[in-house]
Amino acid sequence: MSEALKSKIEVPVMSEVFAQGKKPEYLFWVGCAGAFDNRYMKVAKSFAYILNHIGADYAVLGTEESCTGDPARRAGNEMLFQMQALTNIELFKMYEIKKVITICPHCYNVFKNEYPDLGADFEVISYLEFLYEQIKQGRLKLDKSKLQGKRVTYHDPCYLGRANNIYDIPRKLIEELGVELAEMPRHKSFALCCGAGGAQMFKDAEKGTKEIFIERTEEALSVNPEIIATACPFCMTMLTDGLKYKDKIEEIQNLDIAELIVTAII
Amino acid sequence: MSQIVFIFFLTLTIAVFSYSAYRIYKFFKLTKPAYPVKEIGKRIKLTIENAFFQERIFRKPVAGFMHAMVFWGFCIILIGSIEMVIDGVSGQERSLAFLGIFYDILMAAGDVFAYIIGLFIIIFMIRRCCLNIPRLHGKELTKKNHFDAYLALSLILILMITLAGINIFYVASHTDYVGKFPISSMIAPAFAGMSFETLELIHDINWWTHILLIFLFANILPYSKHFHIFMSIPNVFFSRITPLGKLANMDSVTKEVKLMMNTETAFAAAEAEAVSRFGILDVEDITWKNYIDSLACTQCGRCTSVCPANITGKELSPRKVIIDIRRRMNEKGPKLIKHGKDYSDGKSLIRDYIKEEEIWACTTCNACAKECPLNIDHPTFIIDLRRYLVMEESAAPAQLNAIFSNIENNGAPWQYSNQDRLNWTL
Repeated sequence: MSEALKSKIEVPVMSEVFAQGKKPEYLFWVGCAGAFDNRYMKVAKSFAYILNHIGADYAVLGTEESCTGDPARRAGNEMLFQMQALTNIELFKMYEIKKVITICPHCYNVFKNEYPDLGADFEVISYLEFLYEQIKQGRLKLDKSKLQGKRVTYHDPCYLGRANNIYDIPRKLIEELGVELAEMPRHKSFALCCGAGGAQMFKDAEKGTKEIFIERTEEALSVNPEIIATACPFCMTMLTDGLKYKDKIEEIQNLDIAELIVTAII
Repeated sequence: MSQIVFIFFLTLTIAVFSYSAYRIYKFFKLTKPAYPVKEIGKRIKLTIENAFFQERIFRKPVAGFMHAMVFWGFCIILIGSIEMVIDGVSGQERSLAFLGIFYDILMAAGDVFAYIIGLFIIIFMIRRCCLNIPRLHGKELTKKNHFDAYLALSLILILMITLAGINIFYVASHTDYVGKFPISSMIAPAFAGMSFETLELIHDINWWTHILLIFLFANILPYSKHFHIFMSIPNVFFSRITPLGKLANMDSVTKEVKLMMNTETAFAAAEAEAVSRFGILDVEDITWKNYIDSLACTQCGRCTSVCPANITGKELSPRKVIIDIRRRMNEKGPKLIKHGKDYSDGKSLIRDYIKEEEIWACTTCNACAKECPLNIDHPTFIIDLRRYLVMEESAAPAQLNAIFSNIENNGAPWQYSNQDRLNWTL
């Protein structure tokens, strides 16, 4: 499957689809990391690959996509956040978007919990919820032998976990892969943050005795995984950096759940 | 005679307590609205789960179990204390005895709990002084905080000893006593050799010590971290019931942004109704929820023990931030009441209490809010401090100012062109 990801992938763009008089069922919101972060671009591509594979009726905004405003809001810039939010809501209304799928938990949280205060009226679906639904409906079939026996640990992103109580779906998806799930001592609602939330991703940490991402990476390493599964672009940056710092990047892979699913897709 | 003495002390207790309550009420009047308290059914359910069933506290199972036993014991013993007040005022003895079998159960449970709580309080004291539990020794805790903790534990211990004393000597001095006292009635025969008068005297000493200590304790609480005992259940009931990830919208900003975005009204934006201040600089900007959080906090430090910033040696401690609210209110509140809202003492919550370094270290991961047994909401308060720094002072760290301008100019926190937004498909 990874071969398929090496070539260009065809993705429907909202403005073009809309011009043909069609209204896709889903908007796939790629987010800034999906669009610009070299590592996470592969996750966006993996998810789009799955969407194409199951024949989902979707589109992306492409060049019309902009920041949700989440990092601005969490850094205290409410003015900038609201300008972004109100502009995005206008655009969504123009395209009559009713369902939005996000891959980034920060985008998910801000759309689901905060945009409604500013007049947004659309359903927000995390890509994990979407993928699980597709498996349940039988539209997405996985070959359990592909990753069988691999030891995987899952790092809960704060904005799916504590923020929105999504703990079980990622674990059910990992189970569908036929791998062995090894939980870290701090998991689910006890999970330790990777250190990137609240706009920390975009600045240096304050003075301390240790970097948060190292603390978390060490915890992940303590359960001897072959794969560290993540479900957030910023967690991925942090834990991949942690693996590099610990000189484990050659032995241990940090993969997004969407990438794991692409590996096992039938 | 003893009735008069009792009524005197009861009146004094109520008077002093009323004064303390009124003082806190006036502090609340200085605060700003947080959110409307709706969905009462959901709140009652939450209060039952979190307060009466102690759900959150069991996230730390051992300490949680001991706390839960102390809490449930207090609930039972409280009924006995109410009886003591009725007895004291009316001059009767055991005035709730008419409850029959229910009274037996109440007294029996209270008797057993007195010994359990006494034992657990001793364990709590040993834990606090001799075991190395980091969250009980945070550097933000002052000598007064530690004194507060030992004072409360000692008072509770004496309350339990005197309660046991009341029970033992009540049983020992009566052949026809009412109620059931499973543990005390086993100890009572040990004093069988004493005269009735001696037994009754020891009973009365215990009785008076117990009730007067309750009166004293009730009046220390409003000035101690153990105000927790009064404020924690209301704090759970009034807590934010939206998902932890949600930040409240600033409607004052929405008005301005909407005016700005509409070309016809863009100029009116500048004249839009003046908001006194965006975010929180000082204690007059906080909401009633921030203040009740600070009153309910008993400084257990569960929040700080799970804070990723604190674990990795940063200055931020969510517990400290909440304690600071109360400290600052105690300092500035009385002066705001006296001199009016515009009073300034040249200090503020930000910088004089909470350093910028603390404010910017938060990852908004909500581990603290999830851990707090009382649903104290630290992250939204920290965000409100950031809102002040950014919107009033433009005092964000340089790297954050850079992402603001990137978001404004090219719709992403990074400096990439929007035209490249589909490069991931290649």
